[in-house]
Amino acid sequence: MQELLTFTIIGLSTGAIYAVVASGLVVTYTTSGIFNLAHGATGMLAAFTYWQLRFDWDLPAPVALFITLFILCPLFGILTERFVMRGLQGTSEVVKLSVTVALFAFMIGAANWIWPSDSGRQAFLKFFEGNTVSLGGINVSWHKLITFGCAILVAIVLRLLLFRTRMGVAMRAVVDDRALTELNGGRPDRVAMFAWAISAMLAGLAGILLAGEQQLNIEPLVLLVINAYAAAIIGRLTSLPMTFAGAAVLGLLDAYYLQFSDDSWFPQSIMGFGIAGIRASIPTIVLFIALLARPQSRLRAGVVRIREQNKVPAWSTSVLGAVSLITIVVAISGMLTRSNTLLLLNGFTFAIVALSLVPLTGYAGQMSLAPLTFAGLGAIAMSKLPGDGNLLTLIAVVVIVALIGALVALPAIRLSGIYLALSTAAFAVLVTKLVFNQKQTFMGGNIAVPVLNIPFVEINSPRGRLILASVAFSLLGLGVVAIRRSRLGRRLIALKDSPVAAATLGMSLTRTKLAAFAISAGIAACAGALAGDKVSPQQYDFTQSLPVVLLAVVGGVGTVGGALFGGLMLGGNSVLATVVPTLKNVTKILPGTIGVTLGRNPTGAASQIADSFRSLANRWNLLAFAAAGAIVIWVLDAQYVISHWAFFIGGVFWILAVTPNLVGIMQTTTTRRMIASIYLGIGLIVAISIDWDNAVDSTGKRLIALILLIALFGVGAQRVTENAPRVHRSSPDVIGLTADFTDEELDHAERELGVVL
Amino acid sequence: MTNLILELRNIRASYGSIEVLHGVNLSIGRGEVVALLGPNGAGKSTMIKVVSGLLRPTSGQLIVGGRDVTGVAANALARAGLCTIPEGRGIFPNLTVRENLLMATYSGHKLSDIEERTYSRFPRLSERRTQLAGTMSGGEQQMLSLARALATNPVILLLDELSMGLAPLIVAELYQQVAAIAAEGVSVLVVEQFARTVLGVADQAVLLAHGKVQVSGKASDIGEDVLAGAYLGS
Repeated sequence: MQELLTFTIIGLSTGAIYAVVASGLVVTYTTSGIFNLAHGATGMLAAFTYWQLRFDWDLPAPVALFITLFILCPLFGILTERFVMRGLQGTSEVVKLSVTVALFAFMIGAANWIWPSDSGRQAFLKFFEGNTVSLGGINVSWHKLITFGCAILVAIVLRLLLFRTRMGVAMRAVVDDRALTELNGGRPDRVAMFAWAISAMLAGLAGILLAGEQQLNIEPLVLLVINAYAAAIIGRLTSLPMTFAGAAVLGLLDAYYLQFSDDSWFPQSIMGFGIAGIRASIPTIVLFIALLARPQSRLRAGVVRIREQNKVPAWSTSVLGAVSLITIVVAISGMLTRSNTLLLLNGFTFAIVALSLVPLTGYAGQMSLAPLTFAGLGAIAMSKLPGDGNLLTLIAVVVIVALIGALVALPAIRLSGIYLALSTAAFAVLVTKLVFNQKQTFMGGNIAVPVLNIPFVEINSPRGRLILASVAFSLLGLGVVAIRRSRLGRRLIALKDSPVAAATLGMSLTRTKLAAFAISAGIAACAGALAGDKVSPQQYDFTQSLPVVLLAVVGGVGTVGGALFGGLMLGGNSVLATVVPTLKNVTKILPGTIGVTLGRNPTGAASQIADSFRSLANRWNLLAFAAAGAIVIWVLDAQYVISHWAFFIGGVFWILAVTPNLVGIMQTTTTRRMIASIYLGIGLIVAISIDWDNAVDSTGKRLIALILLIALFGVGAQRVTENAPRVHRSSPDVIGLTADFTDEELDHAERELGVVL
Repeated sequence: MTNLILELRNIRASYGSIEVLHGVNLSIGRGEVVALLGPNGAGKSTMIKVVSGLLRPTSGQLIVGGRDVTGVAANALARAGLCTIPEGRGIFPNLTVRENLLMATYSGHKLSDIEERTYSRFPRLSERRTQLAGTMSGGEQQMLSLARALATNPVILLLDELSMGLAPLIVAELYQQVAAIAAEGVSVLVVEQFARTVLGVADQAVLLAHGKVQVSGKASDIGEDVLAGAYLGS
């Protein structure tokens, strides 16, 4: 009895921490509609900051607490809202979620960078370490009492804030009707900043409390958010009392498991399957159950205006792209060293995984956070099935994993948007903990995936595998294009654009969603099954999936090209880390940094670059100018006016920063045209005039300088030219009715009609 | 000092690349009630959005009380005394009646004053002060949205389709309140699709069609034939 009480107190104090995290999550979700996956990471960063101030710099605890919780956390929240989240209005759920994933990746990277695990961290002490108080014969540490106190205080303060103050009422009002809040005189932007500040403070408080109990480690602190999700979902993401109740239940479950798992009656394995991973998956299982217990999400009528748009891919360009991709890979793979080949191979593997998201996320608009999990299942199936890399085995693997994908989606299919994404995350965590971590399932902790056995072709070198991966990507990519152009493809798009309209037309939403999930899982399985080497199951962890999802969305998840771009970018990032060890830390935060800019350009980078080149295509004068510039830079190099490095950096700058901006520059006002031109001119002069060979001592630093140049000047010039007041044009339906045709319009009409005189 | 309280000078507005208002001119004098009439899709609601500051015009000027306020944020205009009751129900359905009134305090009035004035005009709302606004009847919801105009003593009142989805009896009652607000010297711009409900209250009437002002003049001068012509597109 005594023991039960002890564990109850332990459980409740854990629950109290969950409750504080979860309430922060609820505050931002209800006020901005953004589900912040990076919430736990915020708490982690706060705990590390507190540790830095309190234990490394020896500030007194109250001062360190004040600085962390009341200055840095709110500041962080405000900056996040202002510079990351505000741009996300009107974007789809997928983009919103990806941006928080980016933030998540960014913060983990930053923490790893600033506080490397070998930096000789001192202990993170509890508040009033060693002090306990006896409650009914049980010793309870002051830290636990403080934790309880904090949770109760948070509950009371939040309640008063949300229901008694105008700011709190305005926070709820913004959710109801943003425009009406403005018409009342409220400032929705300021309200949102306030909400994010509060949320960051709550995350910080929870992070510090938990670090006192469990020491300072990145992973448990970050994954704290999963527990908080479960609690928040029990509260339906809106009800704070239910959220607190859910948190308490979770805490208790965890504590009781801890108590009973050592008892003799408790099973240690089920059917020879070790269940040591169960404890860590309790929150996930609760999350899964809570999600399934949610009522069916109602279809909402009305037109969904989404900022992302993609064109239907044409067969001609798709086939051309596939053929040239394979040709390029065959050509350059002969010149690569072994390690570089492996890295590029890695990039292609990621690209296939990213491709699996194209039909699911890009076309059908369903978010999955578990693409690598399916790749992992593919790898396991390939290694366990008989046939030793037979083509038939590959087909069997794809079918099996596709079925698993559909099976996972089946219960989750009633959910939509954020709930669906979370249930895939729950699945990924479950598989990670229960399947991938089974030591006895994998000899030596590795999965030996046999090399694909194709008749007449022997694939045994890394180069062969690289070519195989590029061929696989091309074929699968063509398959995805075929899907997009088929009846199923139109259904997937309909599912994303308007589920209501699709349902009223008689389309089965469930069947379409299942198809999307199955296809996606099947494609991802290929990525794992083609590994052709010993792979570690950790490679397919849930946390590894997030960067893939992120970069697929950054690259442009609506197109095959975007998936390739995203995958190679992720691969390239690790190339950067190995080639230039000094940049290792930069590469940790790079994907996150790229991702948080998504709000500006939700269609992804690939389509933006493609668009700017496409708009250039039918302007011969600009095209000639772009070519002339490139030739001038080349001539400068050939005449030894500039060095090879200056040629390379100047050339890339010309192609990636200057050329895409030409159309924008021509279309804007004279002043802006001048500013943008001068701006780009300065960038170009810097790019070619610096003595790169001597001034900058390593290749990596030169590459970074190049990226910075492009970001600074290319993006800067773009910012100058976009959003410029456009030259006024009447809407097409009134041209000629309310105003006379202009000469330009007449020309245009004649050209379109083919009546050239 | 000019006698005009609100002036639109050659306002153009568009959603994306589709222009909806093609150069609208309009002026409202102090204490005047102007009815803005027109068929579906004429641009009436767009005009309300422009005047309230929710939609930035692509060109033209918006002048309130002699000052150019083009591009000023809606919330700043609201705090300066421009009260807008938007289309549909201008209430927060998931807030209680009292919390809805609390949101009106951004105008600078005290909650107690706002509550007192509201409940004296609409005693029915006083019984429902802790009820969620979205659970009240349509008429009661519209009373609550009008309460903001009544209680905060605005300089200009913009009303968008007050009658939408309400029984004629309730509409008549609501327009009595509008007349009462106007009698206090508030300038009012009323948008209505149903012309007859509003012409009794209005001094001036403006007929908008295809994003342009077609006819404007004394409300009493706008006859059935003019309306029918504009609505039926003759």
